[in-house]
Amino acid sequence: MSQVPSDRVYNDSHEWLMDNGDGTATVGISDHAQDALGDLVFVEPPKIGDALSAKEACAVVESVKAASDIYSPISGEVVEVNEELGDSPELINGDAYGAGWIFRLTISEPSEIEELLTAEAYGELIAEEE
Amino acid sequence: MAHRTPLFAAHQAAGARMVPFGGWDMPVNYGSQIEEHHAVRRAVGVFDVSHMRAVDISGPRATDFLRYLLANDVARLPTPGEAPDNAPGKALYSCMLNEQGGVIDDLILYKRGTDSYRLVLNAATTDSDLDWIQTQAAPFAPVITRRDDLAMLAVQGPEARATAIPLLPAGLRATLEQLKPFSACEQDELFVARTGYTGEDGFEIILPNDQVADLWQHLLDAGARPCGLGARDTLRLEAGMNLSGQDMGPEVSPLVSGLGWTIAWEPPERDFIGRAALERQRKEPLAQRFVGILLLERGVLRHGQPVIFNDQVAGELTSGGFSPTLERSIGLARVAAAVTDDCQVEIRGRRLAARLVKPPFVRHGEIKIPL
Repeated sequence: MSQVPSDRVYNDSHEWLMDNGDGTATVGISDHAQDALGDLVFVEPPKIGDALSAKEACAVVESVKAASDIYSPISGEVVEVNEELGDSPELINGDAYGAGWIFRLTISEPSEIEELLTAEAYGELIAEEE
Repeated sequence: MAHRTPLFAAHQAAGARMVPFGGWDMPVNYGSQIEEHHAVRRAVGVFDVSHMRAVDISGPRATDFLRYLLANDVARLPTPGEAPDNAPGKALYSCMLNEQGGVIDDLILYKRGTDSYRLVLNAATTDSDLDWIQTQAAPFAPVITRRDDLAMLAVQGPEARATAIPLLPAGLRATLEQLKPFSACEQDELFVARTGYTGEDGFEIILPNDQVADLWQHLLDAGARPCGLGARDTLRLEAGMNLSGQDMGPEVSPLVSGLGWTIAWEPPERDFIGRAALERQRKEPLAQRFVGILLLERGVLRHGQPVIFNDQVAGELTSGGFSPTLERSIGLARVAAAVTDDCQVEIRGRRLAARLVKPPFVRHGEIKIPL
Protein backbone atom coordinates (compact mmCIF):
# COMPACT_ATOMS: atom_id res chain seq x y z
CA MET A 1 0.00 0.00 0.00
CA SER A 2 1.41 3.38 -1.02
CA GLN A 3 2.14 6.11 1.51
CA VAL A 4 -0.01 9.24 1.40
CA PRO A 5 1.28 11.79 3.94
CA SER A 6 -1.41 14.13 5.26
CA ASP A 7 0.83 17.23 5.41
CA ARG A 8 0.25 18.06 1.72
CA VAL A 9 -2.34 17.95 -1.04
CA TYR A 10 -2.53 16.00 -4.27
CA ASN A 11 -3.38 16.38 -7.92
CA ASP A 12 -5.48 13.65 -9.53
CA SER A 13 -2.60 13.16 -11.99
CA HIS A 14 -0.44 11.98 -9.04
CA GLU A 15 1.61 15.07 -8.16
CA TRP A 16 1.81 16.26 -4.56
CA LEU A 17 2.03 19.92 -3.51
CA MET A 18 3.23 21.27 -0.19
CA ASP A 19 2.59 24.88 0.81
CA ASN A 20 5.90 26.13 2.23
CA GLY A 21 4.19 28.99 4.10
CA ASP A 22 6.41 31.65 2.46
CA GLY A 23 4.39 32.20 -0.70
CA THR A 24 5.95 29.22 -2.47
CA ALA A 25 5.00 25.58 -2.83
CA THR A 26 7.01 22.42 -3.53
CA VAL A 27 5.89 19.82 -6.07
CA GLY A 28 6.79 16.17 -6.54
CA ILE A 29 5.10 12.93 -7.54
CA SER A 30 3.39 10.54 -5.17
CA ASP A 31 4.77 7.28 -3.87
CA HIS A 32 2.02 5.53 -5.81
CA ALA A 33 3.18 7.24 -9.02
CA GLN A 34 6.85 6.36 -8.58
CA ASP A 35 5.93 2.78 -7.80
CA ALA A 36 3.79 2.51 -10.92
CA LEU A 37 6.48 4.07 -13.11
CA GLY A 38 9.24 1.79 -11.86
CA ASP A 39 12.94 2.64 -11.89
CA LEU A 40 13.31 6.30 -12.88
CA VAL A 41 16.25 7.08 -15.13
CA PHE A 42 15.74 10.67 -16.25
CA VAL A 43 13.96 13.81 -15.07
CA GLU A 44 13.43 16.87 -17.26
CA PRO A 45 12.39 19.60 -14.79
CA PRO A 46 10.76 22.91 -15.73
CA LYS A 47 13.05 25.93 -16.15
CA ILE A 48 13.45 28.54 -13.45
CA GLY A 49 11.31 31.48 -14.45
CA ASP A 50 8.73 29.40 -16.36
CA ALA A 51 5.23 30.76 -15.77
CA LEU A 52 2.98 27.76 -15.27
CA SER A 53 -0.78 27.44 -15.36
CA ALA A 54 -2.62 24.96 -13.17
CA LYS A 55 -2.79 21.48 -14.73
CA GLU A 56 -0.18 22.42 -17.34
CA ALA A 57 2.36 19.77 -18.37
CA CYS A 58 5.67 21.26 -17.25
CA ALA A 59 8.15 18.44 -16.63
CA VAL A 60 8.83 14.87 -17.69
CA VAL A 61 9.97 11.86 -15.72
CA GLU A 62 11.23 8.85 -17.61
CA SER A 63 11.38 5.36 -16.21
CA VAL A 64 13.04 2.42 -17.91
CA LYS A 65 9.59 1.76 -19.34
CA ALA A 66 8.21 5.09 -20.54
CA ALA A 67 8.13 8.86 -20.36
CA SER A 68 5.42 10.53 -18.25
CA ASP A 69 4.37 14.16 -18.12
CA ILE A 70 4.29 15.98 -14.80
CA TYR A 71 1.52 18.56 -14.41
CA SER A 72 1.78 21.64 -12.26
CA PRO A 73 -0.95 21.38 -9.61
CA ILE A 74 -1.34 25.19 -9.47
CA SER A 75 -0.39 28.37 -11.34
CA GLY A 76 2.84 30.18 -10.52
CA GLU A 77 6.41 30.91 -11.51
CA VAL A 78 9.12 28.29 -11.12
CA VAL A 79 11.69 29.54 -8.59
CA GLU A 80 13.81 26.44 -7.96
CA VAL A 81 14.33 22.98 -9.42
CA ASN A 82 15.86 19.95 -7.74
CA GLU A 83 19.30 19.83 -9.36
CA GLU A 84 20.10 16.57 -7.57
CA LEU A 85 17.71 14.73 -9.87
CA GLY A 86 20.03 15.36 -12.83
CA ASP A 87 22.53 12.83 -11.52
CA SER A 88 20.20 10.83 -9.32
CA PRO A 89 16.66 10.52 -10.71
CA GLU A 90 16.27 7.44 -8.49
CA LEU A 91 15.91 9.81 -5.51
CA ILE A 92 12.24 9.89 -6.52
CA ASN A 93 11.98 6.10 -6.21
CA GLY A 94 13.66 6.15 -2.82
CA ASP A 95 12.03 9.24 -1.27
CA ALA A 96 9.21 10.62 -3.41
CA TYR A 97 7.99 12.95 -0.66
CA GLY A 98 11.39 14.23 0.48
CA ALA A 99 14.68 14.19 -1.44
CA GLY A 100 12.79 13.39 -4.63
CA TRP A 101 10.92 16.72 -4.83
CA ILE A 102 10.96 18.14 -8.38
CA PHE A 103 10.40 21.93 -8.34
CA ARG A 104 9.21 24.93 -6.32
CA LEU A 105 6.94 27.68 -7.61
CA THR A 106 5.30 30.84 -6.36
CA ILE A 107 1.65 30.55 -5.38
CA SER A 108 -0.21 32.99 -7.61
CA GLU A 109 -3.77 31.78 -6.91
CA PRO A 110 -4.07 30.40 -3.34
CA SER A 111 -7.64 29.28 -4.08
CA GLU A 112 -6.28 26.70 -6.52
CA ILE A 113 -4.73 24.80 -3.60
CA GLU A 114 -8.16 24.29 -2.08
CA GLU A 115 -9.28 22.54 -5.26
CA LEU A 116 -6.63 19.85 -4.90
CA LEU A 117 -7.25 16.51 -3.19
CA THR A 118 -6.74 15.91 0.50
CA ALA A 119 -4.58 12.95 1.51
CA GLU A 120 -7.74 11.04 2.34
CA ALA A 121 -9.36 11.75 -1.03
CA TYR A 122 -6.17 10.91 -2.90
CA GLY A 123 -5.80 7.68 -0.91
CA GLU A 124 -9.28 6.67 -2.04
CA LEU A 125 -8.44 7.51 -5.64
CA ILE A 126 -5.36 5.30 -5.72
CA ALA A 127 -7.06 2.52 -3.77
CA GLU A 128 -9.34 2.15 -6.78
CA GLU A 129 -6.29 1.82 -9.02
CA GLU A 130 -4.32 -0.60 -6.84
CA MET B 1 -9.91 -12.26 -20.33
CA ALA B 2 -6.21 -12.33 -21.07
CA HIS B 3 -4.43 -15.69 -21.15
CA ARG B 4 -2.42 -16.72 -18.13
CA THR B 5 0.63 -18.94 -18.07
CA PRO B 6 0.80 -21.86 -15.59
CA LEU B 7 3.02 -19.60 -13.44
CA PHE B 8 0.46 -16.85 -12.88
CA ALA B 9 0.08 -17.66 -9.17
CA ALA B 10 3.87 -18.06 -8.78
CA HIS B 11 4.38 -14.60 -10.26
CA GLN B 12 1.93 -13.06 -7.83
CA ALA B 13 3.65 -14.87 -4.96
CA ALA B 14 6.99 -13.42 -6.12
CA GLY B 15 5.56 -9.88 -6.03
CA ALA B 16 5.18 -9.38 -9.77
CA ARG B 17 3.57 -6.36 -11.33
CA MET B 18 1.42 -7.91 -14.05
CA VAL B 19 0.67 -6.15 -17.33
CA PRO B 20 -1.21 -7.05 -20.49
CA PHE B 21 1.17 -8.19 -23.23
CA GLY B 22 0.16 -9.73 -26.55
CA GLY B 23 -3.09 -11.05 -25.13
CA TRP B 24 -1.44 -12.40 -21.97
CA ASP B 25 -1.14 -11.21 -18.37
CA MET B 26 2.63 -11.19 -17.89
CA PRO B 27 5.04 -9.96 -15.21
CA VAL B 28 6.76 -6.70 -16.21
CA ASN B 29 8.94 -6.73 -13.09
CA TYR B 30 9.08 -8.05 -9.53
CA GLY B 31 10.17 -4.76 -7.96
CA SER B 32 13.20 -3.25 -9.69
CA GLN B 33 13.61 -3.83 -13.40
CA ILE B 34 17.16 -2.51 -13.22
CA GLU B 35 18.17 -5.00 -10.54
CA GLU B 36 16.66 -7.81 -12.61
CA HIS B 37 18.65 -6.61 -15.59
CA HIS B 38 21.90 -6.61 -13.61
CA ALA B 39 21.13 -10.07 -12.20
CA VAL B 40 21.13 -11.47 -15.75
CA ARG B 41 24.31 -9.64 -16.75
CA ARG B 42 26.18 -10.61 -13.57
CA ALA B 43 24.67 -13.86 -12.27
CA VAL B 44 21.44 -15.59 -13.32
CA GLY B 45 17.82 -14.67 -13.94
CA VAL B 46 14.80 -16.69 -14.99
CA PHE B 47 12.01 -15.48 -17.27
CA ASP B 48 8.62 -17.08 -17.79
CA VAL B 49 8.24 -17.03 -21.57
CA SER B 50 5.36 -19.48 -21.68
CA HIS B 51 3.36 -16.96 -23.69
CA MET B 52 5.59 -17.85 -26.62
CA ARG B 53 4.28 -20.79 -28.54
CA ALA B 54 6.03 -23.96 -29.61
CA VAL B 55 4.73 -25.42 -32.87
CA ASP B 56 5.88 -28.83 -34.10
CA ILE B 57 6.12 -29.50 -37.82
CA SER B 58 6.81 -32.93 -39.25
CA GLY B 59 6.12 -35.12 -42.26
CA PRO B 60 7.98 -36.41 -45.31
CA ARG B 61 8.01 -32.97 -46.93
CA ALA B 62 8.48 -30.91 -43.75
CA THR B 63 12.00 -29.91 -44.79
CA ASP B 64 10.83 -28.84 -48.26
CA PHE B 65 8.03 -26.84 -46.66
CA LEU B 66 10.29 -25.01 -44.21
CA ARG B 67 12.80 -24.25 -46.97
CA TYR B 68 9.92 -22.52 -48.77
CA LEU B 69 8.39 -20.85 -45.68
CA LEU B 70 11.54 -19.34 -44.14
CA ALA B 71 14.18 -16.95 -45.46
CA ASN B 72 16.96 -18.85 -43.71
CA ASP B 73 17.67 -22.37 -44.95
CA VAL B 74 16.83 -25.29 -42.68
CA ALA B 75 18.88 -27.57 -44.94
CA ARG B 76 21.91 -26.06 -43.19
CA LEU B 77 20.98 -27.88 -40.00
CA PRO B 78 22.47 -31.29 -39.28
CA THR B 79 20.10 -34.05 -38.26
CA PRO B 80 20.44 -34.85 -34.54
CA GLY B 81 22.12 -38.13 -33.75
CA GLU B 82 23.61 -38.58 -37.19
CA ALA B 83 27.24 -38.89 -38.24
CA PRO B 84 29.82 -37.51 -38.32
CA ASP B 85 29.67 -36.36 -34.71
CA ASN B 86 26.34 -37.71 -33.45
CA ALA B 87 25.52 -34.06 -32.79
CA PRO B 88 22.53 -32.86 -30.82
CA GLY B 89 19.90 -30.75 -32.57
CA LYS B 90 20.75 -27.34 -33.93
CA ALA B 91 18.76 -24.13 -33.90
CA LEU B 92 18.25 -21.64 -36.71
CA TYR B 93 17.09 -18.04 -36.38
CA SER B 94 14.96 -16.95 -39.32
CA CYS B 95 12.50 -14.44 -40.63
CA MET B 96 9.18 -15.51 -42.05
CA LEU B 97 8.50 -13.11 -44.94
CA ASN B 98 5.48 -12.15 -46.99
CA GLU B 99 5.55 -12.05 -50.79
CA GLN B 100 6.66 -8.41 -50.68
CA GLY B 101 9.70 -9.36 -48.62
CA GLY B 102 8.35 -7.79 -45.40
CA VAL B 103 8.89 -9.52 -42.06
CA ILE B 104 5.75 -11.26 -40.78
CA ASP B 105 7.68 -12.49 -37.74
CA ASP B 106 11.03 -13.76 -36.59
CA LEU B 107 11.36 -17.15 -34.98
CA ILE B 108 13.73 -19.84 -33.82
CA LEU B 109 13.51 -23.24 -35.44
CA TYR B 110 15.02 -26.38 -33.92
CA LYS B 111 15.72 -29.54 -35.88
CA ARG B 112 14.62 -32.60 -33.91
CA GLY B 113 14.92 -35.39 -36.48
CA THR B 114 15.13 -36.08 -40.22
CA ASP B 115 11.79 -34.47 -40.99
CA SER B 116 10.83 -33.16 -37.56
CA TYR B 117 11.12 -29.57 -36.40
CA ARG B 118 9.99 -27.25 -33.62
CA LEU B 119 9.31 -23.54 -34.16
CA VAL B 120 8.93 -21.02 -31.36
CA LEU B 121 6.63 -18.13 -32.28
CA ASN B 122 6.11 -14.73 -30.68
CA ALA B 123 3.11 -14.46 -28.37
CA ALA B 124 1.29 -11.52 -29.92
CA THR B 125 1.47 -13.00 -33.42
CA THR B 126 0.96 -16.72 -32.71
CA ASP B 127 -2.54 -16.91 -34.20
CA SER B 128 -1.81 -14.88 -37.33
CA ASP B 129 1.53 -16.66 -37.82
CA LEU B 130 -0.21 -20.04 -37.61
CA ASP B 131 -2.87 -18.95 -40.11
CA TRP B 132 -0.11 -17.94 -42.50
CA ILE B 133 1.83 -21.17 -41.91
CA GLN B 134 -1.27 -23.34 -42.44
CA THR B 135 -2.11 -21.52 -45.67
CA GLN B 136 1.37 -21.89 -47.10
CA ALA B 137 1.65 -25.51 -45.96
CA ALA B 138 -1.15 -27.01 -48.04
CA PRO B 139 0.92 -28.32 -51.00
CA PHE B 140 3.42 -29.93 -48.62
CA ALA B 141 0.86 -31.52 -46.26
CA PRO B 142 3.00 -31.42 -43.09
CA VAL B 143 1.61 -32.28 -39.67
CA ILE B 144 1.43 -28.98 -37.76
CA THR B 145 0.87 -29.25 -34.02
CA ARG B 146 0.39 -26.21 -31.82
CA ARG B 147 1.77 -27.11 -28.42
CA ASP B 148 -0.51 -25.29 -25.98
CA ASP B 149 0.42 -28.04 -23.51
CA LEU B 150 4.00 -26.77 -23.22
CA ALA B 151 5.45 -23.96 -21.12
CA MET B 152 8.82 -22.26 -21.53
CA LEU B 153 11.43 -20.77 -19.20
CA ALA B 154 14.52 -18.78 -20.18
CA VAL B 155 17.40 -19.10 -17.68
CA GLN B 156 19.99 -16.51 -18.62
CA GLY B 157 23.24 -15.13 -17.28
CA PRO B 158 26.85 -16.18 -16.71
CA GLU B 159 25.73 -18.57 -13.95
CA ALA B 160 22.67 -19.83 -15.83
CA ARG B 161 24.00 -23.18 -16.95
CA ALA B 162 25.68 -23.98 -13.64
CA THR B 163 22.42 -23.17 -11.87
CA ALA B 164 20.09 -25.04 -14.21
CA ILE B 165 22.00 -28.23 -15.06
CA PRO B 166 21.79 -29.83 -11.56
CA LEU B 167 18.01 -29.28 -11.63
CA LEU B 168 17.50 -31.09 -14.94
CA PRO B 169 17.24 -34.90 -15.38
CA ALA B 170 20.44 -36.82 -14.58
CA GLY B 171 20.35 -38.52 -17.98
CA LEU B 172 20.66 -35.17 -19.76
CA ARG B 173 23.33 -33.54 -17.64
CA ALA B 174 26.41 -34.81 -19.51
CA THR B 175 24.88 -33.67 -22.80
CA LEU B 176 23.91 -30.29 -21.34
CA GLU B 177 27.45 -29.72 -20.06
CA GLN B 178 28.74 -30.15 -23.61
CA LEU B 179 25.84 -28.46 -25.43
CA LYS B 180 27.12 -25.77 -27.77
CA PRO B 181 25.45 -22.38 -28.31
CA PHE B 182 22.44 -22.57 -30.62
CA SER B 183 22.06 -26.30 -30.00
CA ALA B 184 19.31 -28.27 -28.29
CA CYS B 185 18.67 -31.66 -26.77
CA GLU B 186 15.62 -33.39 -25.35
CA GLN B 187 14.45 -36.25 -23.22
CA ASP B 188 10.81 -37.26 -23.04
CA GLU B 189 8.91 -33.97 -23.04
CA LEU B 190 11.78 -31.86 -21.71
CA PHE B 191 13.50 -29.81 -24.41
CA VAL B 192 16.57 -27.69 -23.57
CA ALA B 193 18.25 -25.27 -25.98
CA ARG B 194 21.34 -23.15 -25.42
CA THR B 195 19.63 -20.07 -26.84
CA GLY B 196 18.25 -16.83 -25.46
CA TYR B 197 17.34 -13.22 -25.99
CA THR B 198 19.59 -11.38 -23.55
CA GLY B 199 23.12 -11.46 -24.96
CA GLU B 200 24.16 -13.78 -22.13
CA ASP B 201 24.74 -17.51 -21.96
CA GLY B 202 21.87 -19.69 -20.85
CA PHE B 203 19.11 -22.11 -21.68
CA GLU B 204 15.59 -21.92 -22.99
CA ILE B 205 13.69 -24.85 -21.51
CA ILE B 206 10.41 -26.14 -22.94
CA LEU B 207 8.45 -28.55 -20.75
CA PRO B 208 4.90 -29.67 -19.96
CA ASN B 209 2.66 -27.07 -18.34
CA ASP B 210 2.20 -29.23 -15.24
CA GLN B 211 5.97 -29.41 -14.60
CA VAL B 212 6.92 -25.78 -15.01
CA ALA B 213 5.97 -24.53 -11.53
CA ASP B 214 8.31 -27.05 -9.87
CA LEU B 215 11.26 -26.13 -12.10
CA TRP B 216 10.56 -22.41 -11.61
CA GLN B 217 10.62 -22.83 -7.82
CA HIS B 218 13.78 -24.96 -7.91
CA LEU B 219 15.50 -22.29 -10.02
CA LEU B 220 14.50 -19.56 -7.55
CA ASP B 221 15.65 -21.73 -4.65
CA ALA B 222 19.00 -22.18 -6.43
CA GLY B 223 19.45 -18.40 -6.65
CA ALA B 224 17.99 -17.44 -10.01
CA ARG B 225 16.26 -14.07 -9.79
CA PRO B 226 12.78 -13.88 -11.32
CA CYS B 227 12.85 -11.35 -14.17
CA GLY B 228 10.01 -9.71 -16.05
CA LEU B 229 9.36 -8.40 -19.53
CA GLY B 230 10.87 -5.02 -18.63
CA ALA B 231 14.34 -6.46 -18.06
CA ARG B 232 13.89 -8.74 -21.05
CA ASP B 233 13.46 -5.65 -23.23
CA THR B 234 16.45 -3.69 -21.89
CA LEU B 235 18.65 -6.79 -22.10
CA ARG B 236 17.68 -7.56 -25.69
CA LEU B 237 18.14 -3.90 -26.65
CA GLU B 238 21.67 -3.86 -25.21
CA ALA B 239 22.29 -7.12 -27.07
CA GLY B 240 21.18 -5.40 -30.30
CA MET B 241 18.40 -7.91 -30.89
CA ASN B 242 15.32 -6.95 -32.86
CA LEU B 243 11.84 -6.82 -31.41
CA SER B 244 9.09 -8.03 -33.72
CA GLY B 245 6.52 -5.37 -34.59
CA GLN B 246 8.92 -2.61 -33.54
CA ASP B 247 12.34 -3.01 -35.19
CA MET B 248 10.85 -5.10 -37.96
CA GLY B 249 7.42 -5.51 -39.51
CA PRO B 250 5.47 -6.69 -42.52
CA GLU B 251 5.98 -3.38 -44.35
CA VAL B 252 9.76 -3.34 -44.00
CA SER B 253 12.49 -5.40 -45.63
CA PRO B 254 14.83 -7.45 -43.43
CA LEU B 255 17.63 -5.81 -45.43
CA VAL B 256 16.96 -2.53 -43.61
CA SER B 257 16.03 -4.13 -40.29
CA GLY B 258 19.44 -5.47 -39.39
CA LEU B 259 18.38 -8.94 -40.49
CA GLY B 260 20.16 -9.31 -43.81
CA TRP B 261 22.46 -11.90 -42.20
CA THR B 262 19.53 -14.27 -41.62
CA ILE B 263 18.70 -14.59 -45.32
CA ALA B 264 20.21 -17.62 -47.04
CA TRP B 265 20.75 -16.58 -50.66
CA GLU B 266 22.51 -19.84 -51.51
CA PRO B 267 21.63 -22.08 -53.17
CA PRO B 268 20.11 -19.70 -55.72
CA GLU B 269 17.54 -22.24 -56.89
CA ARG B 270 15.85 -22.43 -53.48
CA ASP B 271 12.58 -20.57 -53.81
CA PHE B 272 11.36 -19.07 -50.56
CA ILE B 273 8.48 -16.71 -49.90
CA GLY B 274 9.68 -13.12 -50.46
CA ARG B 275 12.82 -14.12 -52.37
CA ALA B 276 11.85 -12.41 -55.63
CA ALA B 277 11.14 -9.13 -53.84
CA LEU B 278 14.41 -9.28 -51.90
CA GLU B 279 16.40 -10.09 -55.04
CA ARG B 280 14.99 -6.95 -56.66
CA GLN B 281 15.89 -4.84 -53.60
CA ARG B 282 19.36 -6.29 -53.49
CA LYS B 283 20.11 -5.02 -57.00
CA GLU B 284 19.53 -1.41 -55.94
CA PRO B 285 21.66 0.50 -53.43
CA LEU B 286 19.68 0.46 -50.19
CA ALA B 287 18.22 3.83 -49.28
CA GLN B 288 18.34 3.08 -45.58
CA ARG B 289 20.39 1.16 -43.09
CA PHE B 290 19.84 -0.21 -39.63
CA VAL B 291 22.11 1.14 -36.91
CA GLY B 292 22.63 1.45 -33.20
CA ILE B 293 22.45 4.89 -31.60
CA LEU B 294 24.09 6.16 -28.43
CA LEU B 295 22.65 9.33 -26.93
CA LEU B 296 25.48 11.66 -25.86
CA GLU B 297 23.33 13.93 -23.69
CA ARG B 298 20.90 13.31 -20.88
CA GLY B 299 17.52 11.96 -21.95
CA VAL B 300 15.93 8.72 -23.00
CA LEU B 301 15.61 7.43 -26.56
CA ARG B 302 12.23 5.95 -27.46
CA HIS B 303 10.60 4.23 -30.41
CA GLY B 304 9.42 6.72 -33.04
CA GLN B 305 11.74 9.64 -32.25
CA PRO B 306 13.22 11.30 -35.38
CA VAL B 307 16.92 11.07 -36.20
CA ILE B 308 18.27 14.40 -37.48
CA PHE B 309 21.23 14.73 -39.83
CA ASN B 310 22.32 17.97 -41.55
CA ASP B 311 19.26 19.63 -40.00
CA GLN B 312 16.89 17.23 -41.76
CA VAL B 313 14.86 14.29 -40.52
CA ALA B 314 16.93 11.35 -41.75
CA GLY B 315 15.44 8.39 -39.98
CA GLU B 316 13.58 7.13 -36.95
CA LEU B 317 14.26 5.22 -33.77
CA THR B 318 12.73 1.74 -33.96
CA SER B 319 13.62 0.91 -30.35
CA GLY B 320 15.05 2.98 -27.58
CA GLY B 321 15.54 2.98 -23.86
CA PHE B 322 17.86 3.38 -20.94
CA SER B 323 20.74 0.92 -20.82
CA PRO B 324 21.33 -0.11 -17.20
CA THR B 325 24.76 -1.52 -18.09
CA LEU B 326 25.97 1.59 -19.92
CA GLU B 327 23.98 4.01 -17.75
CA ARG B 328 23.28 5.83 -21.01
CA SER B 329 20.39 5.86 -23.41
CA ILE B 330 20.64 3.62 -26.46
CA GLY B 331 18.49 2.73 -29.42
CA LEU B 332 18.14 1.01 -32.73
CA ALA B 333 17.21 3.10 -35.76
CA ARG B 334 16.55 2.97 -39.46
CA VAL B 335 18.34 5.91 -41.09
CA ALA B 336 19.15 7.23 -44.55
CA ALA B 337 22.25 5.62 -45.96
CA ALA B 338 24.03 9.00 -46.02
CA VAL B 339 23.89 9.51 -42.24
CA THR B 340 27.37 9.33 -40.74
CA ASP B 341 28.53 8.91 -37.18
CA ASP B 342 27.41 12.16 -35.61
CA CYS B 343 23.71 12.96 -35.66
CA GLN B 344 20.96 14.20 -33.40
CA VAL B 345 17.75 12.77 -32.02
CA GLU B 346 14.72 14.98 -31.49
CA ILE B 347 13.16 14.39 -28.07
CA ARG B 348 10.09 16.47 -27.23
CA GLY B 349 11.15 19.23 -29.61
CA ARG B 350 14.77 19.37 -28.46
CA ARG B 351 17.62 18.10 -30.61
CA LEU B 352 20.20 16.16 -28.62
CA ALA B 353 23.60 14.95 -29.80
CA ALA B 354 23.88 11.26 -30.64
CA ARG B 355 26.30 8.94 -32.36
CA LEU B 356 25.79 5.95 -34.63
CA VAL B 357 27.33 2.75 -33.29
CA LYS B 358 27.39 -0.86 -34.33
CA PRO B 359 25.28 -3.17 -32.16
CA PRO B 360 25.53 -5.09 -29.93
CA PHE B 361 26.02 -2.55 -27.16
CA VAL B 362 26.68 -5.25 -24.56
CA ARG B 363 27.43 -8.93 -24.92
CA HIS B 364 28.42 -11.50 -22.28
CA GLY B 365 28.58 -8.75 -19.71
CA GLU B 366 31.03 -6.62 -21.70
CA ILE B 367 30.42 -3.18 -23.15
CA LYS B 368 31.06 -3.46 -26.89
CA ILE B 369 30.82 0.14 -28.08
CA PRO B 370 33.07 3.15 -27.47
CA LEU B 371 31.54 5.48 -24.87
